[in-house]
Amino acid sequence: MEQPVESDVTVANQRSDEVIVEMRKVNKWFGEFHVLRDVDLTVKRGERYVVCGPSGSGKSTLIRCLNRLEEHQEGGITVNGIELTNDVKNIEMIRREVGMVFQQFNLFPHLTVMENCTLAPLWVRHMPKKEADALAMQYLERVRIPEQAHKYPGQLSGGQQQRVAIARALCMRPQVMLFDEPTSALDPEMIKEVLDVMVELAEEGMTMICVTHEMGFAKSVANAVVFMDQGEVVEMAPPSEFFTNPKSERTKLFLSQVLEH
Amino acid sequence: MASFVKNPTPPRSPPLASVGVLGWLRTNLFNGWWNSLLTVLFLALLAWVVPPMLDWLVFNAVFRADSSDECRAADGACWAFVEVKYRLILFGRYPFDEQWRPLVGMLALIAMALASCDRRNWNRRLLFIWAAGLSVFFILMGGGVFGLTSVRTSLWGGLPLTLMLAFIGIAAAFPISILLALGRRSNLPLIRALCVGYIELIRGVPLISLLFMASFMLPLFMPTGVSIDAVLRAQVAIIIFAAAYLAEVIRGGLQALPKGQYEAADALGLGYWKTQQLIILPQALKIAIPPIVNTFIGLFKDTSLVAIVSLTDLVLATRQALGDPEWRQFFIEAYMFIMFIYWIFCYFMSKYSQYLERVLSTTRRA
Ligand SMILES: Nc1ncnc2c1ncn2[C@@H]1O[C@H](COP(=O)(O)OP(=O)(O)OP(=O)(O)O)[C@@H](O)[C@H]1O
Ligand SMILES: [Mg+2]
Repeated sequence: MEQPVESDVTVANQRSDEVIVEMRKVNKWFGEFHVLRDVDLTVKRGERYVVCGPSGSGKSTLIRCLNRLEEHQEGGITVNGIELTNDVKNIEMIRREVGMVFQQFNLFPHLTVMENCTLAPLWVRHMPKKEADALAMQYLERVRIPEQAHKYPGQLSGGQQQRVAIARALCMRPQVMLFDEPTSALDPEMIKEVLDVMVELAEEGMTMICVTHEMGFAKSVANAVVFMDQGEVVEMAPPSEFFTNPKSERTKLFLSQVLEH
Repeated sequence: MASFVKNPTPPRSPPLASVGVLGWLRTNLFNGWWNSLLTVLFLALLAWVVPPMLDWLVFNAVFRADSSDECRAADGACWAFVEVKYRLILFGRYPFDEQWRPLVGMLALIAMALASCDRRNWNRRLLFIWAAGLSVFFILMGGGVFGLTSVRTSLWGGLPLTLMLAFIGIAAAFPISILLALGRRSNLPLIRALCVGYIELIRGVPLISLLFMASFMLPLFMPTGVSIDAVLRAQVAIIIFAAAYLAEVIRGGLQALPKGQYEAADALGLGYWKTQQLIILPQALKIAIPPIVNTFIGLFKDTSLVAIVSLTDLVLATRQALGDPEWRQFFIEAYMFIMFIYWIFCYFMSKYSQYLERVLSTTRRA
């Protein structure tokens, strides 16, 4: 199998169409259960997509397919110009360009905040230690917790942990950031501090795909809202249109439930 | 509704009966009639048992004797036995005039083990420490170089042999067991089957049978003229056995890690080995410290089984010391002496494991 080499990636970045993430007729099953059905999605550089939908509709599965935390069975996925195949090298190359933030933070509890952030730059990008430290500090300042750098994750609040997780992902200087319900595990008073960081990130032009039910976030930064139900992308529209004038009955029902409170 | 404002109350000292020695006694030994009864009964038991025990152990004991008759005349323990026989017990049949060599060799092993306990050495330096410690040990024990007379391994014995079997056993079994544990969780069916097969086969048989196999069956499979040293065969059997046990303990630690740790490492693009090395093993091994050390302690004591294949470890050396008809009846003192030696090493391991758990903990609040 042909392995794309490092230089191809840079070439891909300079392409004029600038598509960062493309899913073409992606299908996935868990055993007999058809969890993604003919999903098409195209995200261009600098765009922000918010994915929403009822529980179990396949939102997490969709974004986890993009960096091969889940394997799709049919269709094609291209990330940053690299076609996702079964080749391990290829998968790792894509993962280097894709940052991910999880609902449960998934920080490494045995490493300090600083070490969490420098781990991948050091061991994946082979960056010199000094440079990695400086980079980590820069991003910790961006998420406004430089003073926690030498604590362990277990000593931080949920909101702080999630901001560290964002900084950790940013330290790889990813081309696209994936968020899987980043605020769902947080107490209400901590949601805002994480959303603020995400909004800033969006304003700086980061390409983002966020699974979230924070409709305020969707309204203020999303280029498009993707509504999923039962493994299908039911509706995709700019937020203005999506919230005020949903086309599908399923979307209307969902919105009535989410926006009620 | 009437509004209410409370004035600030200055802090008071806790009630007298809850602090100090009295408070401690009260809350721990005399809270309620049942506990008080137990305390009194226990104190009575101590008063009944401890004085005669001390009499036997210390006050009536014979510490030096020119002949065993002095011991027979006394009511207490005959520590004179240890005084007379300690070199046979500690060094077995190693040539008497050369016994400084096993002594220094043993101290080198102990120094090596202590240096390995220091977390600052948990890097490449550890390899050098072990290379140095083992070189000193084997050169001194075996001789044949630097003007040291050559000493056959069949003459090695006592505590140095026990320590060698235990330390090398632990150090070699540990990395093998990590590979076995990882292999058992591998996605590759062949690797998984091999590891499962190894673990289940070895864990299912007694160490004694492995020692017998290594001693009597292995030579049958060897081409004529090739013979493997008996000490080496026993050492290999111990390593093979301990690795299988330890692998399951480590697998327990691996299973305790949430899936999210693997996913976070994957999402960052760390490969399989770096994920294991940097994320998974540091946490899994930390979780498994108590059972790992438990296995080490078991292994340390299991080395005494090599007596079955005629290696003169600490226990067999003691039995040989008791072969002297004049002192034969003082076996209790003899075994108490080596029990004490085993206990020192095992107790140290236990304390060290508690220390490790404490310093590696990252959950305490700053
Ligand atoms: N590893 C798995 N094996 C089998 N079924 C799975 C697995 N992971 C998810 N599923 C099922 O696939 C469906 C979609 O799951 P997914 O996690 O993508 O939903 P979601 O939209 O993210 O839901 P939520 O809002 O609850 O996070 C669910 O019905 C779930 O039970
Ligand atoms: Mg989900």
